[in-house]
Amino acid sequence: MSDAAIHARGLTKRFGDFTAVDHIDLDVRPGEIFGFLGANGAGKTTAIKMFIGLLKPTEGEASVAGFDVYRKSASIRRHIGYMSQRFSLYNDLTVLENIRFYGGVYGLRRKELEQRGDEMIAHLGLEQHKDTRLSELPLGWKQKLAFSVALIHDPRIVFLDEPTGGVDPITRRQFWEMIYAAADRGITVFVTTHYMDEAEYCHRVSIMVDGVMAACATPEELKRQFSAASMDEVFYQLARAGQRTE
Amino acid sequence: MIAIEGISKRYDEVQALRDVSIDVPEGELFGLIGPDGAGKTTLFRLLVTLLLPDTGRMTFDGRDVVTDYRYVRRHVGYMPGSFSLYQDLSVRENLEFFASVFQTTVEANYDLIKDIYVMLEPFAERRAGALSGGMKQKLALSCALIHKPKVLVLDEPTTGVDAVSRREFWAMLRKLKDEGITILVSTPYMDEAAQCDRVGLIQDGQLLRTGDPATIAQAFDRPLYAATGEDAYRLLQALRQREDVEEVHPFGTALHVTARSDMDPDNVQRQLREQGFTGAHLAPIRPGIEDLFMRLMR
Repeated sequence: MSDAAIHARGLTKRFGDFTAVDHIDLDVRPGEIFGFLGANGAGKTTAIKMFIGLLKPTEGEASVAGFDVYRKSASIRRHIGYMSQRFSLYNDLTVLENIRFYGGVYGLRRKELEQRGDEMIAHLGLEQHKDTRLSELPLGWKQKLAFSVALIHDPRIVFLDEPTGGVDPITRRQFWEMIYAAADRGITVFVTTHYMDEAEYCHRVSIMVDGVMAACATPEELKRQFSAASMDEVFYQLARAGQRTE
Repeated sequence: MIAIEGISKRYDEVQALRDVSIDVPEGELFGLIGPDGAGKTTLFRLLVTLLLPDTGRMTFDGRDVVTDYRYVRRHVGYMPGSFSLYQDLSVRENLEFFASVFQTTVEANYDLIKDIYVMLEPFAERRAGALSGGMKQKLALSCALIHKPKVLVLDEPTTGVDAVSRREFWAMLRKLKDEGITILVSTPYMDEAAQCDRVGLIQDGQLLRTGDPATIAQAFDRPLYAATGEDAYRLLQALRQREDVEEVHPFGTALHVTARSDMDPDNVQRQLREQGFTGAHLAPIRPGIEDLFMRLMR
């Protein structure tokens, strides 16, 4: 058992003779905003799937919120939130129906759910749209709602897989302010992004190259280490050495 | 080469485009920049004759896009946002198919695609559906080029693509531009603006502005400062509470502060330090394209 929100030692996943994730070590502190970067095909998604209990590692150890990924995946899922650009909410349901559905899945009681739903809708300024089907909302609003829904059961850790892809620049920043606010409440945020300015907002950043953890430090340390002016430059220096694509 | 005049398009309740006008001269690399839902895809579909406009007029190489759609189809290369090649055909078969549709051969225009195709060649017999994302993108670009189009229309070719592959893709586009091909490309990434000869900023169906990427941001009409200091989130909140600050947005390592006319940066810095932000620092900066975009979105 580890105090880290996310802990991994030698975590590895092989598919046949292909090593998707190759002995990664990681300790994400509680309340930390941790940026998990890498080129397409570097192994990020496979690693995330192991952390959230969707994929059994081939070898190595890992725990999330103190629960072992091999034996306690059900407990892990109760204590984490997850959202991605590809899968978040149901487009055919209204704002309120989505909130009720996810609250129900996480076992919130009716009263709790109603109160939580009202707060969430007020906080997001969606009062006028609570009965609007999600398909009719702009992407940025959906993503902000999806993030709030991912936090509906007070998880200790939230995994965000490219949450801001294609979102307009103002909403993208509002989204990051929600991330800051969540971290301020002690929630650990594990986030992937292709926007390198967003890498600068993270407390620490790791960069995966061909399944290996090529770097892990604060953005300042990484820029110093690679004599780079920006995280974009750090990423480019590291990731261009990679051979793999998805 | 392309003239778009006063184009509007509506789908049921959504006004996808409002009175959009753009001119793209021959040989230009034009970037249409805006978030999802801005209308980029609709505009490109109209231009490649897949949709009809409600109002307005478009010409392609001097010919009307609606009435002379056959000419457009013969001379445009279109790469849609989602992968739309034949997944069951091999790399080679896809290329040959597209060449034959345009009554040409892969060999006839091989020079144009050579640089891109050599990277695909090791996978020539692989089914397109089994390619990696980056390779699919290269194949789609090759197929869009195989009939030597006058104009290349690329809908968000770099969305969801990592920063390294994005750079490589832009390098390919600049080479094609050097071959004399006019290129229209859309992207949600503001930092890609610098790769274009000219850009148009689009949001909610409206073209906010067009211009040279190096100078377009000069239209930002307020003094702008970069604020840095420990605990950026609290610094942001402290700055937002000030009367002399109009807006504050996080920008990578710094916060960008749009000042009201009466703001004195030295004063702000001193007061922030008194509030406990001991390392707070404010410095004037030149606005970038994303600063301008957010200003125009208001």
